[in-house]
Amino acid sequence: MSNLIKGKKYEWETVIGLEIHAQVKSNSKLFSNSSTAFGSKPNSQVSLVDAAMPGMLPVINKYCIEQAVKTGIGLKAKINNYSVFDRKNYFYADLPQGYQISQYKYPIVGEGKVIIDFKDGSSKDIRIVRLHLEQDAGKSLHDQNPKKTYVDLNRSGVALMEIVSEPDIRSADEAGLYISKIRSILMYLGTCDGNMQEGSLRADVNISVRKPGYEYGTRCEIKNLNSIKFIKQAINYESQRQVEVLEEGGVIEQNTLLFNTSTGKTRPMRSKEEAHDYRYFPDPDLLPLEIDQEEINKLKKTIPELPDDRKKRYVEDYNLSNYDASVLTADKLVSDYFDNIIKSDKTLKESSKIVVNWLTSELFSLLNEKNIEINNSPITPENLGRLVKLIKEDIISGKIAKDVLVEMFNTKEDPEKIIERKGLKQVTNTSEIEIIVEEVLEENKKMVEQYLSGKDKLLGFFVGQSMQKSKGKANPKILNEILKSKLSKKH
Amino acid sequence: MSFKSISHLKSLLDQNKISIKEIAETYIKRIKEKKELNIFIYFNEDKIHEQVKEIEKLPNDKTLKGIPIAVKDLFCTAKMPTTAASKILENFKPTYESFVTQKLVDQGSMFVGKTNLDEFAMGSATNTSYFGNTINPLSKNDNPLAPGGSSGGSAAAVAADLCLGATGTDTGGSIRQPASFCGVVGIKPTYGLCSRWGIAAFASSLDQAGVFSKNVTDASILLEEIAGHDQRDSTSSNVQIPSFSKNLDPSLEGKVIGIPKEYNIDGTSDEINGVWEDAIKSLEKKGAKIKHISLPHTKYALPTYYIIAPAEASSNLARYDGVKYGFRASDAKSLDDMYELTRSEGFGKEVKRRILIGTYVLSAGYYDAYYIKAQKVRKLIANDFVEVFSDCDLILTPTAPSAAFPLNEKQDDPIKMYLNDVFTVPASLAGIPGISIPYGNDKQGLPLGIQFLSKHYHEQEIFNAAFALEKDYE
Repeated sequence: MSNLIKGKKYEWETVIGLEIHAQVKSNSKLFSNSSTAFGSKPNSQVSLVDAAMPGMLPVINKYCIEQAVKTGIGLKAKINNYSVFDRKNYFYADLPQGYQISQYKYPIVGEGKVIIDFKDGSSKDIRIVRLHLEQDAGKSLHDQNPKKTYVDLNRSGVALMEIVSEPDIRSADEAGLYISKIRSILMYLGTCDGNMQEGSLRADVNISVRKPGYEYGTRCEIKNLNSIKFIKQAINYESQRQVEVLEEGGVIEQNTLLFNTSTGKTRPMRSKEEAHDYRYFPDPDLLPLEIDQEEINKLKKTIPELPDDRKKRYVEDYNLSNYDASVLTADKLVSDYFDNIIKSDKTLKESSKIVVNWLTSELFSLLNEKNIEINNSPITPENLGRLVKLIKEDIISGKIAKDVLVEMFNTKEDPEKIIERKGLKQVTNTSEIEIIVEEVLEENKKMVEQYLSGKDKLLGFFVGQSMQKSKGKANPKILNEILKSKLSKKH
Repeated sequence: MSFKSISHLKSLLDQNKISIKEIAETYIKRIKEKKELNIFIYFNEDKIHEQVKEIEKLPNDKTLKGIPIAVKDLFCTAKMPTTAASKILENFKPTYESFVTQKLVDQGSMFVGKTNLDEFAMGSATNTSYFGNTINPLSKNDNPLAPGGSSGGSAAAVAADLCLGATGTDTGGSIRQPASFCGVVGIKPTYGLCSRWGIAAFASSLDQAGVFSKNVTDASILLEEIAGHDQRDSTSSNVQIPSFSKNLDPSLEGKVIGIPKEYNIDGTSDEINGVWEDAIKSLEKKGAKIKHISLPHTKYALPTYYIIAPAEASSNLARYDGVKYGFRASDAKSLDDMYELTRSEGFGKEVKRRILIGTYVLSAGYYDAYYIKAQKVRKLIANDFVEVFSDCDLILTPTAPSAAFPLNEKQDDPIKMYLNDVFTVPASLAGIPGISIPYGNDKQGLPLGIQFLSKHYHEQEIFNAAFALEKDYE
């Protein structure tokens, strides 16, 4: 798959690295015991520490550390037994301490990797440079008063994991797959709720372009993107912009950019010259963080089956394609639902491909239509499994099954009950079908003649007519056989 | 009425010879009489009377029941404002009580007021305070002297008999040097022994709370009350605190006392060296062994300190930005403007100087040459002590290179002022405990202090030696 951008003169390759900020799923903040609940009344979740009152000191929240270690394990990364919290110094109204506590030289998690899967079944490794813990800032509210800015410190001090990738990403699509995969891993682990709308997962995109095989170009950083759609749009816009600048003989300036979601364009926030000198130094209020191997091993045991392992299991045990398996495992809830279907009946294992289709196309479209999450689906995994089984056992046809599914969705009833109530059981009685076929052939004598003189395609017409007459209940296989045999006898 | 010590007052209380109320009235009167010394930033009679009622309700076994204590105005107190001697916190009223002062409250002490200090504890003469100089109570009328600093108000309060004990903080000598200047006992315990929670930070890796008192026994009583582990301070030590006062033992038989040659420096008066000699002789007489030792990196201590402390301060003081509490300049036209005006007007000269130094040494391109280098030297200085303490129990040095100097003497020469900390800073960098006790006087009759240092958590050793030498002047 070529990711190259065609400029007017040359072809260009986009080089992308992502810094993902994932909010640690934790009831309390990184260095204080205030709540982290989203959407609370402004400044209702602020402790003396969060507001940086004189003499207040940070105390590490052990749970957040464990969450970061688990995430590191999930990213197949090296967990550092020794890490250090540093202060990143800068002034802003929503940064009460005048510095952010972060990790600079010694992050808690080192190199790791994440696999992304493409439609064609191939996959690619994206290397992780590091994961470090840091505090989130508060929020400046500029739109509450025409003359004043208000500050809400509820978010101040909430724990974030910054996950930094190598510049291994080569297109907007890859970036999308990468962030989806990270999100999926975090959600499997339960270390981040993955809610991009609420800002629990945001990304800064580092992007440059180069002629293939050349050295990296000068990069720009697009700050604070909070949806996969915007990330892709921003990358596409920015790479195109850089190509145009370069092809016109210009140079790319190393800028920090903001993406305007309504215009779809990037614009400079600050240039390299205006870049802050953050004066990082180890926070003297905190001791270096030491985690022994035993503790790491203990946490390893709590790691659930992750998307890649599940994908492998689906491919090996259920014969699913790599891509199908990756789509299915991307969302833990979907994947759990699938597992529950298969678990509900041993015989469904051989029909897993059919199960996948019913789940990802039929059920999904119903859920999407009503905007319902899969964990709130009115159809239980067991019932969807039974429906598939009914199809397999020729009790109903696939076509009828679709109607049954809608009925199940609306009434939460068992498929058997619906079939019973509506008399939808498939007709497999050959004599009944023979009568219908006879009638159809009788009513369409001209067509029969045409068929016999070589118009083979008319077989479909006879099938359709007969099916209609059976109200869709005729077993299609038997119907086909009878039709063919009756027609051949007419020769 | 005069009270010699905490134990003296306690015995009077126990025998019902004095009431809590009478104690309050006695000290209120004295404090009012000494108003011109400018020892207190906050003093309010009503607040003292309010406390009397609370204290009276407490059981009699509270160690410090009714004992008048002065609190350095760097400790946040829930019932009295806290300023850090800075305009930027002029009207700041904490909603919380620092760990150390809470412990004192719990034991029934009576806070007589909040004492003056150098702004954010940055200084050695209590002359950088936004609220003006404190005058050393030992000054003669025509020649007002500095009380030392930064905890000058607390040292002066004890010296002037305005309390029986006072809290201080020591970052590079801020308890020991003013104790020496005012002729009282001052101890800076091991870094981490007393929680920093609720003390406005100057330099987090060095700041340590301690106490002033009239004698060594009182210092040991006070320290055992305010020491202890605190989960809210990650650098707080989780060690058992011995009963220092009960364990006091003046016997020095067989103790090895190191005399570091590097503390013989130019500019130290003969009188101070003389007092040092006297103390050495006395120790020998008491059965201690004197050992001449070397702490080779001592000469780098001051420059190291004046890199690390300002670096941390530049970051610690960033929170005073006018956004959340404290002073905010009124005419700002933008956010940056507000920061600039607030901090320019809110901080005094010395604080700004140190913020600038600290910002400089942490900035890109200088960080390795200054901050990292200083950290390495700090390690060497700490190692000097570790080595020496492998065969010494204690180290004896002068506390400061001079007696109390006239008020405005070193005002315009920061380097000269910084030199005051030359004997106290190495122990701060190493995090080891140190005590200053008065030991003799100079020709003008001003007190001179000597300093005992020991290993981490060996406060008892220090108290014992100081207790022994104290008897020479009883």
